[in-house]
Amino acid sequence: MAVSQSSLNLTLKIWRQAGPDQPGRFDTHEAKGIPDSASFLEMLDIVNEGIITKGGDPVVFDHDCREGICGTCSMVINGMPHGPKRGVTTCQLHMRSFRNGDTIWIEPWRAKAFPVIRDLAVDRNAFERIQQAGGYITVRTGSAPEANSVPVPKDDADASFAAAACIGCGACVAACPNASAMLFTAAKLSHFNLLPQGKPEADKRTLAMVRTMDEQGFGNCTNHYECEAYCPKLISVETIRQMNRDYRNASARETAGV
Amino acid sequence: MISEVHDSPTHPGRVSDTPPDGSPTHVPLAQKWTTHKAESKLINPANRRKYTVIVVGSGLAGAAAAATLSEQGYNVKCFCYQDSPRRAHSIAAQGGINAAKNYQNDGDSVHRLFYDTIKGGDFRARESNVHRLAEVSVQIIDQCVAQGVPFAREYGGLLANRSFGGTQVSRTFYAAGQTGQQLLLGAYAALNKEIHQGLVKMYSRTEMLDLVVVDGHAKGIVVRDMVTGKISTHAGDAVLLCTGGYGNVFYLSTNAKGCNVTATWRAHKRGAWFANPCYTQIHPTCIPVSGDYQSKLTLMSESLRNDGRCWVPKRKEDCGKPPASIPEEDRDYYLERKYPSFGNLAPRDIASRAAKEQCDDGRGVGPGGLGVYLDFADAIKRLSEGKIRERYGNLFEMYEQITGENAYKQPMRIYPAVHYTMGGLWVDYNLMSNIPGLHVLGEANFSDHGANRLGASALMQGLADGYFIIPATLPNYLAGQKPGQFTSEGPEFRAAEESARERTRRLLSINGNRSVASFHRELGLLIWDKCGMARTREGLAEALKKIPDLREQFWKNVRVPGSGDSFNQELEMAGRVADFLEFGELLCLDAHTRDESCGGHFRMEHQVEGEADRDDANFSYVSAWEYTGDPGKSKLRKEWLDYEVVHFSTRSYK
Repeated sequence: MAVSQSSLNLTLKIWRQAGPDQPGRFDTHEAKGIPDSASFLEMLDIVNEGIITKGGDPVVFDHDCREGICGTCSMVINGMPHGPKRGVTTCQLHMRSFRNGDTIWIEPWRAKAFPVIRDLAVDRNAFERIQQAGGYITVRTGSAPEANSVPVPKDDADASFAAAACIGCGACVAACPNASAMLFTAAKLSHFNLLPQGKPEADKRTLAMVRTMDEQGFGNCTNHYECEAYCPKLISVETIRQMNRDYRNASARETAGV
Repeated sequence: MISEVHDSPTHPGRVSDTPPDGSPTHVPLAQKWTTHKAESKLINPANRRKYTVIVVGSGLAGAAAAATLSEQGYNVKCFCYQDSPRRAHSIAAQGGINAAKNYQNDGDSVHRLFYDTIKGGDFRARESNVHRLAEVSVQIIDQCVAQGVPFAREYGGLLANRSFGGTQVSRTFYAAGQTGQQLLLGAYAALNKEIHQGLVKMYSRTEMLDLVVVDGHAKGIVVRDMVTGKISTHAGDAVLLCTGGYGNVFYLSTNAKGCNVTATWRAHKRGAWFANPCYTQIHPTCIPVSGDYQSKLTLMSESLRNDGRCWVPKRKEDCGKPPASIPEEDRDYYLERKYPSFGNLAPRDIASRAAKEQCDDGRGVGPGGLGVYLDFADAIKRLSEGKIRERYGNLFEMYEQITGENAYKQPMRIYPAVHYTMGGLWVDYNLMSNIPGLHVLGEANFSDHGANRLGASALMQGLADGYFIIPATLPNYLAGQKPGQFTSEGPEFRAAEESARERTRRLLSINGNRSVASFHRELGLLIWDKCGMARTREGLAEALKKIPDLREQFWKNVRVPGSGDSFNQELEMAGRVADFLEFGELLCLDAHTRDESCGGHFRMEHQVEGEADRDDANFSYVSAWEYTGDPGKSKLRKEWLDYEVVHFSTRSYK
């Protein structure tokens, strides 16, 4: 069975920015003879190799696993985080999704809370701080009870897993007109709060993570649901509903002192 | 540095020139770990804060170790090259994690997991370490469940299991096709808890460039801040390398692009022995290569082999036909034919070689004839498409994204690819290398998988080392050390830092006309060709000749653009490829020296009816290589493997 192999000539408009405080601009790069079975990042590798051989500075972009799970790659392609295909990361996008002669606009995640480091690479430490504030179940290694001592209803385990599938890439923030991190934070909260193990700290966790999220400079949710549409792991906005409910209950209990 | 020789009790006349592994010798194997823990040194909780432990790498081993040592009260600094510890490549493991829980009541036990692992490793792993791994496996599952790892469950709410290659029980715990991500998120959460309390200081986007050795002890590291380019040193009382494997020496592998050998290779050049580098694992179920531009290979979980059947056409002339048009009687289900009792679940090395054998015979499918079918048609008929989607949905989607083909409708095409490396720095029972203070965990060490690793055992080992082993064994070293003895102002620190700076300057000043990637690709192709799935004396000799030439070319003609004091990905890559160009030579030297076949190391000269022909009398030792200034002239030390419980046998899965 032969795999179709045709090649594309493309015009790339790529955001170039030397540093966080430097001005940026779109540069034009021609990408010639790109095999349609190459991934989007492999297309950029080819372009970069050309730039290097000509003595130029290659385009900086974050990437690592190249199989859609580490959450490192982060590009807005033609205005869409991770590009036009639903449920994939940039590294999983293949050139067969484009046509010969296309012009492709490539930008970094754009959000106040994600400053550009260089070109297409951004600083996502704000996500780290949200998770450090409470994204865990406090259990000391060695003190865990027998694994099957607490049965977890399959539906709860599955819902927790669906939220835990979040890879922390930040596409939700990049997609949101308000640069809100609510889908991300909600996914992390649902992962823990839906499990019996996560219940004892649920209030504390919810308050800490939501407040830290607000402090990082992310915007608020105004129900556009662009986050869900561009999430490569298809995390549901249902998690935001759960977060809002948990936050309301936790802050009421906090105010009441119970 | 330790260097004693001792007689091998089970190999008369053989002398090991590595120190004894340090496990208790006065008790039977099954009691070693309990006894060792009872006899290990302790450090008073109030004194632990005075010790600084440097952890390099934040995957399963690194994050688990950093979090647990911090919980115990040590002062921990943790480093990773990614922008978040959650992105370490453990995240990409798909299939599962083994544990001898025997929840399925199908006859599993600690002994059986131990035995399967030794046999799976083709009798080239150390008994004491492997038995401990099997013992600790049960605690790992408890720990992960308590952390909120959402493992797959049965309708009754209890944990589900599946079966994996090389075993006849169901002992694998899993979270759909992303067990690695869920386990890493557990360890990452534990790490975050400690970072939040200010007990672990985390350094992301920071790469280790060298090890600092003071008076023969590992006391610090040299790092580069990958954003600012600043090179600096960190001092500690012990250094833990949890930096993964070296699969990217092949350029194309299932590793993440950033995975590299630099930390372990730099430690090797500072005196740490590199053990068994030629034990590399080629995973049988990866998506085949589609072109020269390809930057990495993608694995499809071995769990697929629970329901998928591997086949190729019986006749060469059928290879180009649509698979559905080839009738049942014209298909060769070669794994079921060759290994009837394990069938499609034969271990990885065997399944990989069998695929290569069919393709070499001209019966491969897809571009270049480098592929075999993995067919789900029978399973879909037996169980329904919905059931298959529930089990493997994300893997089928991944396959379709990459190939543009729907595997519910036509068989997947798969081919073996480099996936894991069993070799690594030599460690004793305390996970300490021959450099006192330098400890090595997870894939970066050599100890548990022998010449071949069984599926779902890497996650087990990483977490065992990080959560349970190092926290118990590290005090054996630290208790003899006065805390905070050295600061990063010392002359050894200054010298190591200056040499890292000099190397960076040198890379930037070559200004040749070839990209770093072009050298990496050339090295990878050479090593895949000569030291991949099948190796020969002549091929390895050729590689040993070519690698130094390529290395020389690199240092004359590579172009590294940009500067050292900025975010410079080409510079990062250049440093790593320079190390692969040295390490690759040691890999081939080890493969050349090991004149037998075992596990993933298959020497064409040593086979019986296509199966690996081990030579226990002459090669049942660990090769521990000592750096002498030239990788091709490294000094071989042997640790003879003394088996008390397991008897050598021909590894048969027929």
